[in-house]
Amino acid sequence: MTEIFGFPLPVVLGQLMLGLVNGSFYALLSLGLAVIFGLLGVVNFAHGAFYMLGAYAAWLGMTYFEINYWAALVLAPLAVGLIGVLVERLALRHLYQIDPLYGLLLTFGLALIAEGLLRELFGASGQTYPVPELLRGATNLGFMIIPVYRLWVIVASVAVCFTTWFVLERTSLGATLRAATENPKIVQSFGINVPVIVTLTYGAGVGLAALAGVLSAPVIQITPLMGSSLVTVVFAVVVIGGMGSILGAIVSGLALGVVEGFTKVIYPEASNIVVFVIMAIVLFLRPAGLFGKE
Amino acid sequence: MKRFSLSAVSLALLATLAAVPPAQAADNEVVIGDIDDLSGPYADVIGKGGIEAINMAVADFGGKVLGKKITVLTADHQSKPDIGSAKFREWADQNGLNMLLGGSNTGVSIAMAKVAAQKKVPFFAIGAAGASLTNADCTPYTVHYAYDTNALANGTATVMTQAGGKTWYFLTADYAFGTQLQDAATKVVVANGGKSLGAVRVPLAASDFSSFLLQAQGSKAQVLGLANAGADTINSIKAAQEFGITSSMQLASLLAFISDIHSLGLKSAQGLYLTTAWYWDADEKTRAFGKRFFEKMKKEPTEMQAGVYSATLTYLNAVKAVGSTDPDKVMAQLRKAKINDLFTQGGYIREDGLMVHPMYVMQVKAPAESKYPWDYYKLVKKMSGEEAYGPLSASTCPLLKK
Repeated sequence: MTEIFGFPLPVVLGQLMLGLVNGSFYALLSLGLAVIFGLLGVVNFAHGAFYMLGAYAAWLGMTYFEINYWAALVLAPLAVGLIGVLVERLALRHLYQIDPLYGLLLTFGLALIAEGLLRELFGASGQTYPVPELLRGATNLGFMIIPVYRLWVIVASVAVCFTTWFVLERTSLGATLRAATENPKIVQSFGINVPVIVTLTYGAGVGLAALAGVLSAPVIQITPLMGSSLVTVVFAVVVIGGMGSILGAIVSGLALGVVEGFTKVIYPEASNIVVFVIMAIVLFLRPAGLFGKE
Repeated sequence: MKRFSLSAVSLALLATLAAVPPAQAADNEVVIGDIDDLSGPYADVIGKGGIEAINMAVADFGGKVLGKKITVLTADHQSKPDIGSAKFREWADQNGLNMLLGGSNTGVSIAMAKVAAQKKVPFFAIGAAGASLTNADCTPYTVHYAYDTNALANGTATVMTQAGGKTWYFLTADYAFGTQLQDAATKVVVANGGKSLGAVRVPLAASDFSSFLLQAQGSKAQVLGLANAGADTINSIKAAQEFGITSSMQLASLLAFISDIHSLGLKSAQGLYLTTAWYWDADEKTRAFGKRFFEKMKKEPTEMQAGVYSATLTYLNAVKAVGSTDPDKVMAQLRKAKINDLFTQGGYIREDGLMVHPMYVMQVKAPAESKYPWDYYKLVKKMSGEEAYGPLSASTCPLLKK
């Protein structure tokens, strides 16, 4: 049997696939963070909480309103995005003129409140969300048997990431957005309502986190704390990719998922810190991140 | 003259300050503390329901002991040993704490046991499973009340190995509890003619278990032993089913609570073997307690919540029997008394602090077998306390005179 670094080829390919699945979640989450940081300059510590809220929104929709998975994929991000819009309008907006640290503290506090609230309402052990009918079962890729749903996660996440990148970097809407953050006064003088754009951008970033939450609902237990451990990893991903770099967030999200996957085989105890080790090395060699502008 | 009187006043003030005893509360109340995971992954195992159970026990006892009011203090250790032990020390120094109930997390409980020994405060470890609490980490004031890793392994691993699951592979939470549980289970598997083919150590609260599970599957072992707890157990069982691992390996959940099974649902959890100290639907007494608890908490109590209730009463009975809260007298009484209540029959506290009592190996029912809400377990085997916990001679507690 062919071996790579002493591991049989099927094992290597299998871990590569699983790494890509996890990387897809990292990419989606870090993309939202990068959009918010790149365009608003806000370090959104509530991102993990919005991811968790997305999963809960899907579960609540299914349990109380018979909203199926496919509808939840659209409705949950919209609902959670709306919460994001309110947060930006009512609270975050007032902090743009002062130190970014205050935005970080505010969003961190909001995340703790959201987690506490959901624990109070639904308990700590969490809820189960079924895999949608269409995506049940597993498929044989030759080197491994993988659940169809996990393949769907990769496809959906890459499609959303690419679309977001395309909109921001290749369309006139994206150009306006970037201009509005670069020099709001001038863009405003063209008759464009900059504050509304900023609000919607935050809402969209939050919606991306919620979408990742809905995607993960069928594969992991929905708990109030599901986002809190993830958000620190995702921040590391964004730092490695380069704060605010859209492409950097996507590429490093997928790549770090794969690196973490291999660590789980080679030295499993280190799998929860490998991303941070890489972050430290990247910060040392390229402080602006792999895709960041110096 | 004026100057003199001023300094005299300040001296007098200083003197009164120094004279205030550190344990102000000790005279007119008996203080019971509860330090548990109230917000983290194990908050449903004891948590708020545990506080409710303590209050139920205090109310059932009459709210007073030796004519003194019983006060209950609670705190969240946030799964951090330093927070747990600092809070314990603070209560012992400033609030006249008489007894501490310790919640989930073995690491935190080991740290708190050290404080119990220093401050001479009886410490009932309930939620922590690590058997080291009455072995290497034992103290004269620790009581390990509800279960331990040896009993869990003796239950589930014995039943499964004897039923033909001879080769095991472990998915182990990478901290004190997980490794102790894996070691205990490995011993049992080997003693029953089986063997362990290996283990993967998984960091606590991993977000994805699929990679670890594929490694387990690659071992070709017959049984996958889950030496983890809470959300980690739930997520590993879910992923095992998703990846079809349950068709080639049998799952042994070495620690699962009824709150986990409820959250997972019978469809996913059916067929799972587990070991428990208590089940709400065992007899009239347990059902009556379950009903009272359910009215307040809207869920059936876990074995740990029943354990907290029982431990509170056991302590109060000992205080009443000796007519004092003196820690040494109370501990001596605790080691003499038999424990017969809704939690256990014929339980007794051994010299090393272990409460020896019967344990039950259960199998989770299939959805079709479950006739009413929370009808989740069927009894596979009842083990006597000695069978579950092993002989005192096997204890490595340094306090034992050998």
